[in-house]
Amino acid sequence: MTVFTDLATPAVMGILLGGLYAVIALGLSLIFGVVKEMNIAHGDLVILGAYIGYVALTVFGIDPILSLIVGVPFLFMIGFAIQKLLLNRAFKISMDATLIIAFGLSIILQNLYQLIWSPMSRGLTTSYSLNSFTAGCVSFPIVYLLDFIVAIVVMLLLREFLRRTYLGIAIRAAAQDWRAAHLKGINTGRVFAFTFGIATALAAVSGVFLGLTFPFTPVSGISFLIIALGVVVLGGLGSIAGTFIGGITFGLAQTLGGHFFGVAAQMLVAYTMVLVVLAVIPQGLFNR
Amino acid sequence: MPGEALLKVRNIDTFYGSLQVLWDISIEVEAGEIVAIIGANGSGKSSLLNTITGMIHPARGSIVFGDREITAWDPFRIVDLGISQVPEGRGIFPDLSVYENLKIGSYNRRARSLMDRNLEAVHGYFPILAGRKNQLAKTLSGGEQQMLAIGSALMSDPKLILLDEMSLGLAPLVVNELYKVLKEIRSRGITIVFVEQNVRRTLTEAERAYILETGRIVLSGKVEDLREEEKVKKAYFGA
Repeated sequence: MTVFTDLATPAVMGILLGGLYAVIALGLSLIFGVVKEMNIAHGDLVILGAYIGYVALTVFGIDPILSLIVGVPFLFMIGFAIQKLLLNRAFKISMDATLIIAFGLSIILQNLYQLIWSPMSRGLTTSYSLNSFTAGCVSFPIVYLLDFIVAIVVMLLLREFLRRTYLGIAIRAAAQDWRAAHLKGINTGRVFAFTFGIATALAAVSGVFLGLTFPFTPVSGISFLIIALGVVVLGGLGSIAGTFIGGITFGLAQTLGGHFFGVAAQMLVAYTMVLVVLAVIPQGLFNR
Repeated sequence: MPGEALLKVRNIDTFYGSLQVLWDISIEVEAGEIVAIIGANGSGKSSLLNTITGMIHPARGSIVFGDREITAWDPFRIVDLGISQVPEGRGIFPDLSVYENLKIGSYNRRARSLMDRNLEAVHGYFPILAGRKNQLAKTLSGGEQQMLAIGSALMSDPKLILLDEMSLGLAPLVVNELYKVLKEIRSRGITIVFVEQNVRRTLTEAERAYILETGRIVLSGKVEDLREEEKVKKAYFGA
């Protein structure tokens, strides 16, 4: 019984945290699955989302979650422009070119954040972000629950969008065969820009919830990019459900690893699991 | 209206990099016609269709559809104007459902509002697609996939439909059925250009034909006349 009560809290926290990781990874997975680009700057765009929440909170006194009304369309437009103006030209040359551009973008963003917000660690501290939720033997910060609920909502919305709308089906069609998509009247350059925009809009959402959950600095993007890569490796590319399960698996590995081997080892445990999965089942745990 | 062609391809030269694949090609197709382009593998048939739909742009020459010059247009704009190509290999999306493959056919602005009407027509031509609505396209048989490809092209509400090697790899019975549907489609006012390797069959299904050899048109005319032409007899019927 005590073993169970000891395990219950880290297990629940791992699952809830997995929701946040899944939303961060979703944008990366969407761009890779559709446009076939590895967006190295995705973590930095997530951090931009966190900083937008930070500005809303500290400058205007607006709740960071509410600031998404501005943050989501703003990051959508940035992502749309990145693909349309930079990457659409580059990937006609080669895939490596897009990788290098994204890498450059990542460095530019990190330095920009240092200039504007200094290298200091920031966090989104609201009235509710320090509250805890207790049920029986389980107790965890309330923002973890928000992370998870938002993950579910975002994933259901994305799934319905990709299934039901013309643009959503066009995105899936262009991902499968862009030449055939052209013959269906689909402007693939525009569809790719929309895809990138949707992925950065997701970064805006995950950024705010990341900021509510963890402190962040101008260079935090890299750590979350690596977590997102881990999630994608675990879940397999190209499926929303896979990304979700990958996120939860990663979150569980982290919190249970911390429980058994100490907090210092929690990321070591998670990454070791990613490496083992990559070596043994490179198509991911949950890919068909 | 003789001389008022729907599609006018004038003196086009097309290259893949530095390799020239079409040499001074000119073809005309009138509204309501069914025209065949015949040639062996590598004769440039697919390149010709790809040049018409904007997938490759010609280095010289012009392409006029209706009263618009479309030579340098992007493929997605050409679809909007009313040309739909069923490419070699069918060009359907294996991981979309049958319904989604048809719906995406009506992606262009003009066709979206006509989607329900066109979907009904496609289900009329190919009832089997209605029954397999929610199946993934990759689970269909070869013949059904070709039906889906033609159906999806019809969903774009085309004035002209270009079919590339429609009968490739299909059983003769299925091919018969497809040709029957082509006749129906044509009777509803859609112009058809199709590319084939099978000369005998093609010369019975089309009204006019162009014969391509190594990127050049070597013969053209009404199919009755072509059947009598010595060169065709020798080259394709072995007589």
